[in-house]
Amino acid sequence: MLEETASPETSPQPGIHQLIGADGTSVVDELLAPFVTDVDDDQLLELLSDMVVIRRIDAEATALQRQGQLALWPPMLGQEAAQIGSVRALEDDDFIFPTYRENGVAYCRGAKLAGIMSTWRGSANTGWDPYEFNMATPQIIIGAQTLHATGYAMGLTMDGKESLAIAYLGDGATSQGDVHESMVFAASFQAPVVFFCQNNHWAISEPVGLQSHVPLAGRAPGYGIPSLRVDGNDVLAVLAATRWAATRARSGGGPSFIEAVTYRMGAHTTADDPTRYRGVTELEEWRGKDPIARLRAFLQGRGKLDAGQEAALEAKADAVAAELRAGCINMPDPAPMSIFDNVYTSGHAILDRQRDHYERYLASFSGTEVDALAEGNRS
Amino acid sequence: MTTLTLTQAINAGLRKAMEEDPKVVLLGEDIGTLGGVFRVTDGLMKDFGSHRVIDTPLAESAIIGTAVGLAYRGFRPVCEIQFDGFIYPGFDQIVSQVAKLHMRTHGQVRMPLTIRVPFGGGIGSPEHHSESPEGYFVHTSGLRVISVSNPQDAYTMLRQAIASDDPVLFFEPKRRYHAKGEVDLELDLSRAPAMGAARIVASGTDVTLVTYGPLVATALDAAKAAFDDGVSIEVIDLRSLSPIDYGPLEESVRRTGRLVVTHEAGETLGLGAEIVAAVTERCFNYLEAAPVRVTGFDIPYPPSKLEKHHLPDLDRMLDGVDRALGRPNSLSGLEG
Ligand SMILES: Cc1ncc(C[n+]2csc(CCOP(=O)(O)OP(=O)(O)O)c2C)c(N)n1
Repeated sequence: MLEETASPETSPQPGIHQLIGADGTSVVDELLAPFVTDVDDDQLLELLSDMVVIRRIDAEATALQRQGQLALWPPMLGQEAAQIGSVRALEDDDFIFPTYRENGVAYCRGAKLAGIMSTWRGSANTGWDPYEFNMATPQIIIGAQTLHATGYAMGLTMDGKESLAIAYLGDGATSQGDVHESMVFAASFQAPVVFFCQNNHWAISEPVGLQSHVPLAGRAPGYGIPSLRVDGNDVLAVLAATRWAATRARSGGGPSFIEAVTYRMGAHTTADDPTRYRGVTELEEWRGKDPIARLRAFLQGRGKLDAGQEAALEAKADAVAAELRAGCINMPDPAPMSIFDNVYTSGHAILDRQRDHYERYLASFSGTEVDALAEGNRS
Repeated sequence: MTTLTLTQAINAGLRKAMEEDPKVVLLGEDIGTLGGVFRVTDGLMKDFGSHRVIDTPLAESAIIGTAVGLAYRGFRPVCEIQFDGFIYPGFDQIVSQVAKLHMRTHGQVRMPLTIRVPFGGGIGSPEHHSESPEGYFVHTSGLRVISVSNPQDAYTMLRQAIASDDPVLFFEPKRRYHAKGEVDLELDLSRAPAMGAARIVASGTDVTLVTYGPLVATALDAAKAAFDDGVSIEVIDLRSLSPIDYGPLEESVRRTGRLVVTHEAGETLGLGAEIVAAVTERCFNYLEAAPVRVTGFDIPYPPSKLEKHHLPDLDRMLDGVDRALGRPNSLSGLEG
């Protein structure tokens, strides 16, 4: 058995905003409540549906990885409320700068399931057009996207637009220089950017206590950026907190920082073995705060979730999972010569020569004429 | 002799260096409890404590930059960069500080850092996990650059790197991490081949095939295949990329008259360009054909389903050998 990690943040902290408690009952929060007065039971049901579906996407993708169909998968299990609450607070023209873990966010933005899978299958570096969904390509370099979001937000101000950019980041990312530099710029230029930090307590094997000795939300004010600590497993509270930040951004109030306190229930990625570094007690403690069970209990408590609705939710999740599986398994491998595509926007003499030589090389193998090979790749 | 994988050999090298010198400390992400994402540092925190095996916050510039401070203080830091593509946030500290401090201080300050970097492709990873950044560091004066290809070299050269008073970039071919080999753990460092020495790993008479790190094994396979086809290839493992030990290369090319250089990194300004130029300068009168480069393409690393097209494999090496020999090859009939 592992020793429990000495982290200042492994148990619930005071100062965490909530609207629905872990047992599914209402909590009064004067700051957040005004931001969700319009959310009725039907909308809550939709949030539940989103969470159930993305949990199912996660489970199906994990299975596909185990079956050798995906090279890797970063699970979002446990973080459904943080992803859904934040993305559902945004307008379509708000621009999202995600990490590799925001696959649930990508789904809600409209990215096709096969597109989301293609990255993890190793078929493409990105599976959607950032301008179609106003969502950047997933960022693997930790923290880099916070600068991009800040720059995008500066551009919004220059263009006189009332929308915002949101950067998703993890607790580990808050140690990177890029993240600190982005907060400096965001404050200097009062950029309409939301830093949405999912504190899932672990950066691979490193506990959040190694990254910071104060709550992560406590750092932003030092840069002049107002911040909020919210229960990341409470979808309603996350929705409200993100609306709080979005309202500030849209009304010229500048940047905000949200720390959504949540937990990564699964492995860091399917290549990771969390039993090497974290104990089961912690996991069990967080199981009791499950975001989906909580909203379910809340709705049931109000008599708003019957067996028929439950069945409909499951059916929808099953359908999405089936579509995801089919899209993944039937995805063709990309064409060999596509490795030369899009390196430059127009020709580049050296690369063109390499492309020509490789085409000849492949043709010499298959007996195919070079022209035919080139033709095939152009189509 | 003990049979070890490349990872186990590096682990043993780290252990030995730490036992011998209390000033050797390790820094990196996930290197403690987890033992590193490749398990290279497995067990070391347990045995040496968290003050010598330091799980750092997630910040590469800080990993290298604080190692600079530790070196000022007389420590010999060994930094682990988790994957090749994550070295760039620490790049400024390496090229602006680590490489230059010895000269800037008239030799008064030493930077005996070792920076371990799992590098190269062939393991089916996502973006930023399969880069070949060695050229940047070879291009930077003040750094020594090493790439190992087998467990014995990994064990020996890591210890030499840690013992070196110069900063060393130590590139570990991640696709060979599980390759096994015999390792002499009792080896006397003073009798081992120098860290900078290139080595002939297969002798031959027709063509000299030069490579390092991940492609040494592929080059040996190519030599075996060519042998069956009546062509005798001499394979040279560079081992040190900065400085390059040209002695064995010159000697070999004078015998074979033909040179092929192969690496995973892109062609333009890659190691191959330097080696072809240097060998041509030194052996021009002995060359019987233009030297040939077989390299990765000048493209950002492709998604993993396509990496087999980017990485030189046995067949592409043999095609290069055919070009050097003037035998029919994929570019036959083309000029230039
Ligand atoms: C610059 C950089 N360094 C290291 C890594 C390797 N790496 C990938 S994810 C990760 C942990 C990230 O933790 P956190 O920011 O908390 O996000 P989470 O994965 O928990 O969502 C590390 C170290 C990386 N991707 N980029």
